[in-house]
Amino acid sequence: MSTRLNTGGRLIDRTQIQNFSFNGKQLSGFAGDNLASALLANDQMLMGRSFKYHRPRGVVTSDGSEPNALMNLGEEGRFEPNARATTTPLFEGLYAQSQNHFPSLEFDVGAVNAKLARFLPAGFYYKMFIHPRPFWKHIYEPIIRHSAGLGKAPKARDLDTYEHFYAFCDVAIVGGGIAGLQAALIAGAAGKDVILMEQDGHWGGRAPVDGDIIDGQPAEDWISATLKALEAMENVTLRTSMQGSGVYDHGYLLGYQRLADGAPGADGPRHRLWRIRTKQIVAATGAIERPLSFAGNDIPGVVLASAVRDYLVNFGVSLGDRTVVVTNNDTAYLTALAMKDAGLEVPLIVDARTGGAGALGEAAKAAGIRVETGKGISSVKGGKRVTSVEICAQAGEGAPLEEIACDVVAMSGGWSPVVHLWSHCGGKLIWNEAEAMFAPDPERGPIGADGAAFVTTAGAASGAMTTAAALADAHTKLGGPGQPTPAQDPLTNPIEPVWMMPQSASYKLRSKAWLDFQNDVKVSDVQLAAREGFESVEHAKRYTTLGMATDQGKLSNINGLAVLANQLGTDIPSVGTTTFRPPYTPISMAAIAGEARGEIFQPIRKTPMHDWHAQNGAHWEPVGHWRRAYTYLRGEETISEAVQREVKNTREALGLLDASTLGKIIVKGPDAGKFLDMMYTNMMSNLKVGRCRYGLMCSENGFLSDDGVVARIDEDTWLCHTTTGGADRIHGHMEEWLQTEWWDWKVYTANVTEQYAQVAVVGPNARKVLEKLGGMDVSAEALTFMGWADGTLGGFEVRAYRISFSGELSYEIAVPAAQGRAFWDALMEAGEEFGVMPYGTECLHIMRAEKGFIMIGDESDGTVIPQDLGLSWAISKKKEDFIGKRAQLRSHMTDPNRWKLVGLETVDGSVLPDGAYAVAEGANANGQRNTQGRVTSTYHSPTLDRGIAMGLVLHGPDRMGETLDFPRVDGTVVKARIVDPVFFDPEGEKQNV
Amino acid sequence: MKRYSAFAVAREAFRHHTGWERAWRSPEPKSHYDVIIIGAGGHGLATAYYLGKNHGIKNVAVLEKGWLGGGNTGRNTTIIRSNYLQDPSAAIYEKARSLYEDLSQDLNYNIMFSPRGVMMLAQTEHEIRGYQRTAHANTLQGVATEFISPKRVKELCPIIDISGPRYPVLGALWQPRGGTARHDAVAWGYARACSDMGMDIIQKCEVTAIKQEGGRVTGVETTKGAIGCNKMGIVVAGNSGQAAEMAGFRLPIESVPLQALVSEPIKPCMDVVVMANTVHGYLSQSDKGEMVIGGGTDGHNAYTQRGSFHHVEETVRALIETFPMISRLKMLRQWGGIVDITGDRSPILSTTPLDGCFINCGWGTGGFKAIPGSGFGMAQLMATGHSPLTEQFGLNRFREGRFIDESVAAGVAH
Amino acid sequence: MLILTCPNCGEAKDETELHAGGEAHLKRFGPGSSDADFEAYLFERENPKGVHFERWHCAPGCGKWFHAARCTMTNEVFGTYSAQTTEPPENIKDAITAKRPGWHWRQFS
Repeated sequence: MSTRLNTGGRLIDRTQIQNFSFNGKQLSGFAGDNLASALLANDQMLMGRSFKYHRPRGVVTSDGSEPNALMNLGEEGRFEPNARATTTPLFEGLYAQSQNHFPSLEFDVGAVNAKLARFLPAGFYYKMFIHPRPFWKHIYEPIIRHSAGLGKAPKARDLDTYEHFYAFCDVAIVGGGIAGLQAALIAGAAGKDVILMEQDGHWGGRAPVDGDIIDGQPAEDWISATLKALEAMENVTLRTSMQGSGVYDHGYLLGYQRLADGAPGADGPRHRLWRIRTKQIVAATGAIERPLSFAGNDIPGVVLASAVRDYLVNFGVSLGDRTVVVTNNDTAYLTALAMKDAGLEVPLIVDARTGGAGALGEAAKAAGIRVETGKGISSVKGGKRVTSVEICAQAGEGAPLEEIACDVVAMSGGWSPVVHLWSHCGGKLIWNEAEAMFAPDPERGPIGADGAAFVTTAGAASGAMTTAAALADAHTKLGGPGQPTPAQDPLTNPIEPVWMMPQSASYKLRSKAWLDFQNDVKVSDVQLAAREGFESVEHAKRYTTLGMATDQGKLSNINGLAVLANQLGTDIPSVGTTTFRPPYTPISMAAIAGEARGEIFQPIRKTPMHDWHAQNGAHWEPVGHWRRAYTYLRGEETISEAVQREVKNTREALGLLDASTLGKIIVKGPDAGKFLDMMYTNMMSNLKVGRCRYGLMCSENGFLSDDGVVARIDEDTWLCHTTTGGADRIHGHMEEWLQTEWWDWKVYTANVTEQYAQVAVVGPNARKVLEKLGGMDVSAEALTFMGWADGTLGGFEVRAYRISFSGELSYEIAVPAAQGRAFWDALMEAGEEFGVMPYGTECLHIMRAEKGFIMIGDESDGTVIPQDLGLSWAISKKKEDFIGKRAQLRSHMTDPNRWKLVGLETVDGSVLPDGAYAVAEGANANGQRNTQGRVTSTYHSPTLDRGIAMGLVLHGPDRMGETLDFPRVDGTVVKARIVDPVFFDPEGEKQNV
Repeated sequence: MKRYSAFAVAREAFRHHTGWERAWRSPEPKSHYDVIIIGAGGHGLATAYYLGKNHGIKNVAVLEKGWLGGGNTGRNTTIIRSNYLQDPSAAIYEKARSLYEDLSQDLNYNIMFSPRGVMMLAQTEHEIRGYQRTAHANTLQGVATEFISPKRVKELCPIIDISGPRYPVLGALWQPRGGTARHDAVAWGYARACSDMGMDIIQKCEVTAIKQEGGRVTGVETTKGAIGCNKMGIVVAGNSGQAAEMAGFRLPIESVPLQALVSEPIKPCMDVVVMANTVHGYLSQSDKGEMVIGGGTDGHNAYTQRGSFHHVEETVRALIETFPMISRLKMLRQWGGIVDITGDRSPILSTTPLDGCFINCGWGTGGFKAIPGSGFGMAQLMATGHSPLTEQFGLNRFREGRFIDESVAAGVAH
Repeated sequence: MLILTCPNCGEAKDETELHAGGEAHLKRFGPGSSDADFEAYLFERENPKGVHFERWHCAPGCGKWFHAARCTMTNEVFGTYSAQTTEPPENIKDAITAKRPGWHWRQFS
């Protein structure tokens, strides 16, 4: 059984008991524990079920690469699936449930899959479930989906907060083990700005666990002294519980700091995402121990040797009473010695190497531990816990020589440098045959903006596998002064690669030798993939799902590659690796999103009158980043009733529209007229001061992009109005042409959209209300249609434009933004006696449609040219050039069969459906019904009390009076007649008063 | 070739799966083929497959510089839909979608087409009108879609927050027979079927030159030697510009990174595909349980197969607004592909200035869903010189100004 | 996550502060040009694997456009320069030659 020993545990505080719940059981641990160590202390080795076969799974590592011990953690708004028990700090009240089983962890009906394993080899689902067709979606897929997945889906809204943080430094060091500390010490002493981050809650990495001697003192002491020195340096920032998660171009490092995972609900953010820009990244990320591939290596109790040691030394937890150690390198002997030293039994060290270990072998023998060299494990016995192992010759096929009772198997297949950060941005690897590992190729690092490598590795991440070598590597890479810090460890004999144990294992053994514990990929699966032609490493990975589990192959990839290479009769470097992608271990989506959620996800732009609208029944419509009032609801009326009321009132009395969102761009300079002649399809240079002109803008591709009224302010100044959504875009468009094509023209632009509030005062009583406010002369004679004038109204400094988008007598009055609300209030007050009502965007749309005015975004959609819309009158024939002119000469643009704008009037007076198409006879070569037109905008006109619409129709203007069929989506047909698009007051009598 | 079935799997189970054949042969190239397809991605393999199946042209080589299916076919978010606005797009995507329906049976390879339904959320008035227009167009195009209410959206996808606050869900364009498929399996299934017809799929074979005589293509130089052909199809997505340069013409194409990401797997919680174009994000759940997330492209040209992290931030931030539950999930992996984007963001399936040389490219962010239709039409074009499916997607449209612009209704995402 | 120095601000700008604007040094063809020239101007792009000249907009910063020479395979930046020029300046071309001997882009090398 696994248990807490009475002594030991360098990271725990035995005075602080912390109670927690696991699968409903009330358990306790100590402060400093993580969830895995606390569960093991309570003899809870079984922690989960595998993905495919639902095999029982125990913890296999002591770090973030853990594939098995994943938990549903917390509840409600603080629930998190797939939390790694090995990296979840224990806290009082922690609530965890194991995953991927039904009805319970101990008894899981899904485990029937394991019985069927022989029918479910790699890629089985590609070969099955093909017939009958509907069964995949309705039967097979749901079964597979419910069997797969791991944690539960969160349901409640996240209660925590998150933040982003920018940081800049000279050197960012990832990994707070001895190599990282050494690197920080050198860089810090050299005066560089340093950030040193460690993903765990404590510094020093493996060295204190392994009992290394550094600079003549125990590693623990050297680490403390080094930390003290670093803390004294103002130019060094130290952070624990912070992972270097990803490396991106040009020295961008993503840091993921877990602030409150050990104290849910604490003040402040749960996670913080660091966006670090640094001149240099040092990946001192250490190495990960590899499992060995032998039959039954997935049974709970088979654990990495380093992890067994970690639980013992760091947490005072023994994983079992009798530990068999199996290895192909020296490091696992440390586990045997540590267990023996703690008074536990180590019946045997199985060393696959014929030569065994050197100094550590002697030490093991001296401690009374039996060592068998040249041996392997042929299989592990046990169900939910290891009960024994069978020993065999490593060189053979697995005939058992001996069975040894045990409850833990501590395995070590060697170490793989953590090269993820080196590789994220293109750093290349080389295969190191002697150490049996891929290590960074220092000649081919990731390239930064200046063409030089910006990531280096230090320590074990470089492949420097002894303590002394790791420190020396950090010293060299950081250019430290003098000699490297001396260090000793007892490692002497080289690793001998073991990719299958025993070497010539039978199919029976290979089909029980796991490579990927979570995804249930076995040696036999990779071999099958290779035989079936999935020879590329990417094919084999995707076919078998090797390395695609939540540990992303940290434990399985190298072993799998070796099996693949072996099967293909080639060597490991020829097979190559899969691509390393960020993040190093999974990071929370919430941290990626940061603070910007809810109301501040995308801040809303507000006009000066916004609050008035909100207080007066505005039903909002998002337009760009603005909110505009769609209509103003009064009492119990519906949206549609409100809109109809607003139209009637504006046409009969007086309406006010907040037009402040319309773009306002000042274009000024000696060449401004020439420039605007290029920007607009019509002539703007000959516009007279004091006058306005409606203008169209096209893209260089010829398509209509924006429209609006242009006013000439003085000899070299124009003011261009744009659509609400177009202000920033059109200003950018103008600047782009000015800066990149006509940079010698003397023109200046300014986007003054937000500097002015603008109110459209519309209706038969428009002039009356302005005259009541008093000030400037707004009479028909003084301020003629399409004229503008500066003056005062009711004491406000205004610019009044006499323009109309409704067909009514209409003034658009601009005032400085700061006075917008006051001016609006003054108009509302003065207008009371004239029946004033505010109106919203829908009323605006209906009134313009009644008048046959086009709307950008309705009649135009990015494929329409002005000629389609009957706007040829606004396209200058005199100008040699304007943006879009050349494009409009292309054959498709001049095609007489382009659909043209017309009015549409339903035969029965109903409203045409939005977006409906007019059908023509027959179908095209692809069997699609032929069409001859479409509705671009459609409304119920309160003025005419019938449906009106505009649309684009083949030869439309030549077909007045013809009736077209517009099918609804339900197949019924609406008939509509082609009519003139001007439905109301075609002579313009109402606006010209 | 032995057929795949549950019985075959059971039979093999009793002999340790030793009887399975290679899914595709790994031949050395012959000196000459009737047709060479450059690029063994989904589109290239599908082109070869339909050349054989529909037109009896089986003396075909598919050349691949890396490993088959290793480009965008294996890097996308596996969404299949055909709810396009413009007729030519709707035709080819619906052809593809309908072929996907039977593709597992056709190829005898389970490509796991899952018609779970695709919805495109309308989150502005403008989108409502755009999708209503699309629904009308689809009705006439024979594409089954409908515009549905927010309430129905919530019923179909309970994890959506339809209330906003920034962008409430106002409705959606719903295609019930849209869905997903297993992307690798599509490439593998076509490859196996092509190989079975006697076609040669030659991996790790990079084309270094395209040979021509008198304005007609005659073959290629490759890292595995010279290979002759009567006709050639270039189907190399992000690398189209380079291939076209070898063939002596230029393309209206730019190659930019497109990123995607997945969460850790969780139990089933979402049985539809959702696209939210206002905020530029889309989301579905894979059969493994991962939430599969995609967004917009990076802005600048690059061939790095990786992008910039702020795009990932924007996508995740946007999706959390509409799917609050993903806030508590963790990102498992992010990756990038190179997408080839044309001047009107619609694909090119076309003859070229070089006689006998055809090109299929420019699928941008939307290629996976089109694979069977693209291959079907391309094969028809190459075999007969004409295909109604590809007719509107010719290179000449850029000169004529005859664009196929889908951004009209759908925003940026494909 | 690119960093480019805006030659107008003189500041190193993060990619989030910039907006990519596509290929640089396009010659505008207007009325009177051939269909082929106009099509090439609007649509045909170098799209190279390697050295690329491209436009960037210092959008929320100084608001100015500028040009950059960058490798599309490695994101190495050879230099940035004013947008008010019709071809890459000599010092930029020299910087590229020093690192990518034999490079070419359109007619430049």
